Amino acid sequence: MKIRWACFALGLLVAPSPRAARLPEPAPGGELRFCLHAEPKNFNPLMVSEEPDEMIQYLTGAVLIRINRQTQIFEPELAESWQVVDGGRKIEFTLREEVRFSDGVPLTPADVLFSLRSVVDPALHSPAGEPFRGGKGSITVSQTGSHRILMSLPSPTAGVERLFDQVPITSARAIEKSERPDDMPVLGPYRIASYRSGSALLLTRNPFYWKKDQAGRRLPYIDSVRLSIQQNRDLELARFLRGDIHLIDGMDAESFDRVAEKRPNEARDAGRSLESEQLWFNQVARAPIPEYRKEWFRSRQFRRAIAQAINRADLARLVYRSHAAPAIGPVSPANLSWFNARLRVPTFDPDASLMSLKAAGFSLAGGTLRDRQGHAVEFSVITNAGNKSRERLASMIQQDLARIGIRLNVVTLDFGSLIERITRTFDYESCLLGMVNVDLDPSGEMNVWLSSASSHPWNPAQASPETPWEAEIDRLMRAQAVETAFTRRRALFDRVQEIIVEEAPVLVLVDKNSLSAVSASLGNVAPVVLHPQTFWNIDRIYFRGGTGR
Amino acid sequence: MKYLRRMAMALLAVIYLAALLAGWLAPAGYARQFRDSPAAKPSALFWLGTDELGRDSLARLLHGSRVSLSLAPAAAALATVIGAAAGISAGIWGGWIDTGLARVMDLFLSVPWLFLLLSVRAVLPLNVRPLESLGITFLLLGLLGWAGPARVLRSAAREITGEDFMIQARARGCSRVHLLTHHLLPNLAPVLAAQFWMSIPIFILSEANLGFLGLGVSQPLPSWGNLLAGLQNVDAVVSCPWRLAPLALLLVVMACFHLIVPMEDFSK
Repeated sequence: MKIRWACFALGLLVAPSPRAARLPEPAPGGELRFCLHAEPKNFNPLMVSEEPDEMIQYLTGAVLIRINRQTQIFEPELAESWQVVDGGRKIEFTLREEVRFSDGVPLTPADVLFSLRSVVDPALHSPAGEPFRGGKGSITVSQTGSHRILMSLPSPTAGVERLFDQVPITSARAIEKSERPDDMPVLGPYRIASYRSGSALLLTRNPFYWKKDQAGRRLPYIDSVRLSIQQNRDLELARFLRGDIHLIDGMDAESFDRVAEKRPNEARDAGRSLESEQLWFNQVARAPIPEYRKEWFRSRQFRRAIAQAINRADLARLVYRSHAAPAIGPVSPANLSWFNARLRVPTFDPDASLMSLKAAGFSLAGGTLRDRQGHAVEFSVITNAGNKSRERLASMIQQDLARIGIRLNVVTLDFGSLIERITRTFDYESCLLGMVNVDLDPSGEMNVWLSSASSHPWNPAQASPETPWEAEIDRLMRAQAVETAFTRRRALFDRVQEIIVEEAPVLVLVDKNSLSAVSASLGNVAPVVLHPQTFWNIDRIYFRGGTGR
Repeated sequence: MKYLRRMAMALLAVIYLAALLAGWLAPAGYARQFRDSPAAKPSALFWLGTDELGRDSLARLLHGSRVSLSLAPAAAALATVIGAAAGISAGIWGGWIDTGLARVMDLFLSVPWLFLLLSVRAVLPLNVRPLESLGITFLLLGLLGWAGPARVLRSAAREITGEDFMIQARARGCSRVHLLTHHLLPNLAPVLAAQFWMSIPIFILSEANLGFLGLGVSQPLPSWGNLLAGLQNVDAVVSCPWRLAPLALLLVVMACFHLIVPMEDFSK
C-alpha cells in the first residue's frame, strides 16, 4: 500500500499539469518556408538597401538596439544597455559579453567600432548610415571602456536610438566574405547555408546565436528557413493554399479574403498599418497647368471642400473589403507613439462641401460647378496603371465629386511616366498614390514635410516656404528634430499633424490594414504592422510538434 | 462554311443590336455606383449582377461592347485604307517606291506596339474625356496597324499587275486610274475585305491588352479591355460564373474570322 501511494505521489510529481498540457511546448526543428519577392542583390550587411536584402539581413544580422515590432519600444540586443547624453549629442553603449559569430569567433568592441565607423563613413555610402549623414560636422566613434562604445554626433538628434535598429553589427572579416554568403559569419539567428540565384536561399540555425529562451534553450527553435524567390503574388498565394509555404506578408484585401474563405484561422488581420492612400493637388508655381486651376489648388477652402466630399468609409469598405479604415491624418493610429489622438476623421458631407465652395466663390449651375470666372471645375488625377485598388479609389472619388458638380478625369500612367510628372515636369493636376511610413519617428519624415525636401509631395524643393503654414511646419519639424524631451517633441509633431489636416495639402484617404497569412502549424506568430509583419520574432517561432508540415 | 458564316453574321448582329439597345436593356447606366450592392449576384434589378463598386455588370458589358464594336471597325477601316494605299502603290509602281515603302512597312512591323502605345499615352494631355481617350487609343491603333495589311496588299497587287488581263488593258491604252478602279481594285476586294475583318479582332484584343494593363480606357467608361481585367481573380470567377460574360469577346473574335470570305466564294 505504501509503495502504491508512493508511486501515485511520484506520478503527480512527474505528470505535466493540466495547464502545461494545454500549452504546446516550443519544440525545436522543422523548416520554415516563405517567399522573397525579388532577387537579393547584396549580402554585404553594410550595403543593404532593397526589401529582399533587408529581409535576409533581419534573419541573419544583429543590431545594438532593436525596436520591438509589437510594442514599438526599444529593446537591448547586442548592446546590453545604452545612454543618451549631452542633450542627444552622444550615445554610449555597453556591449553584451560572450556574443559569438556563427563561426564561433567572439564579437569584440573592435568589430562594433568597425561597423559603426563604416556605416557613418561618407565615402562608403552605406544606406544604413544615411540618417546620420544629414547634419554638418563629423561623427566620431570611440571605445571608452572594455565593453563601452561612444558615438558623438555633431548636433543634438532626437530619438537617436531608433537609428540603430537599422545599423548592422558585423566585422571586417565578414565583409570580406560577403561575396560568398554561405561562408559569411553572422550574429543573427540564422546563417546563409546556400543560395541558388533565381531559385531559393537556405538559412540554417546559427549554432552560436546568443539568445536563449526562459528555459535556457538556445534560440531559434526552427532549424532552417527556406526563402523561395517568387515575384508573382498569385503564385505565392497558390503555394500557401497548397501548403508549400508557411507565411505571406503584405497581402492585398482580395488575396486575404481568399485565404480567409478557405482557411479562416490562417488569415491574420493585424489592423491599421502604416500604409495609406493619399491624394494631393499640384501646387508648384511653375507647373504647366492653367493659372485658374492653380488658384483652385492653392485655395485651402477648395482643398478642404474636396476632402469633405469624399466618402472615405465607402472607399475602405468597397475597395479594401473593409480591411482598411478612413484615415484620420498623416500619421496612422498604428504609430502608437506619434499619432495625434485629438484628430478626427474628416466628416463626409457633400452639402457642407458645396456650401464652403459657394462661400469661396464657386457656383453650381446645371450640375456643373464653376469658379468666379465661369470656368467649369474639371481636373485630372493621375495614378499608376495596373493597381486595381487605386483605379477603383479614383473611380469612387470621381462619383463622389460628380455629386458636387466636379468632373474628375482619371488617368492611369506607367510608373516611370508618373514619377517623371510628379518630380520633374510637374505636368499634372492631382495625384493619387500610396505612402508607407517605414520610420515611426517624425524625424524620419523630414524628407516629406519640410518645404525644401525633394519628396514634399505637393510642391517639392522650395527655396523658401511659399506659404505661412509651410513655414510653420518647417519650424516645428526642425524644432522637434533637436528636442530630446519626448513630451515636448510630441507636442510639436502633434501641431504638424493638425496643420496638415487643417490645410489639407494632402488628403489622406484610407489607412490600409496589415494583412498576412500564417500557417496553423506555426506557434508564437503574432503579426504586427511593422516590417517584417509575420517573422519579426523569428527566433521564437516554432512548429507545433516540432516539424513543418 | 456558308452556314458558319451566317451564324457568325447573326451572332455579330445580335451583339451589335444588344450594344445599341444598352440604354434600354440596362437603364441603370454603366457608371452609377450602387454602393450598397457591391459584387451582387444576378437579380431582377441587375441581370448580370454588379461589380465590386456596385456598378451594373450588364450595363457595363453592353456599353463596353458598343464602344469596342464601334471603334474597332473604324480603326480597322483606317488601317486597311492606309495599308491599301501604301501596298497598292508599292505593288503597281515598283522600283524605288516599292523599296522605300517596303522598308517603312518593315519598320512599322518591327516597332513594339505596346511600348509605343504606352509612350504615346504618357504624352497625351491629361484632361481628356474617357470617350476621347478611347477614340485616341483606337486612332493610334489604326495609324500604327496599317503595315500588316499593306504588305499583303503589296504582294497581291504585284501578282495581279502581272496577270494577262492587266497587260492587255495596258496595251489597249487604259489610264492608270482606269486600271486601278476597273481592274485592280475589284480583284483586290476579297483581300481588302479579309484584311478589314482580320484587323477588327486584332484591334479589339490590342485595346483589351492595354485595358488589362490598366492603360486602356479611363474610368468610368467600360470597354472589353477593362472588363476582361476584372476576370483576373480566378476564384471569384469560379464562384460567380456570370462574371464570365465579358468572354463574349471571344465569340466576336471568332465571328470576325469566320466572316473572312475565301477568294473562290467571292468570285462566285
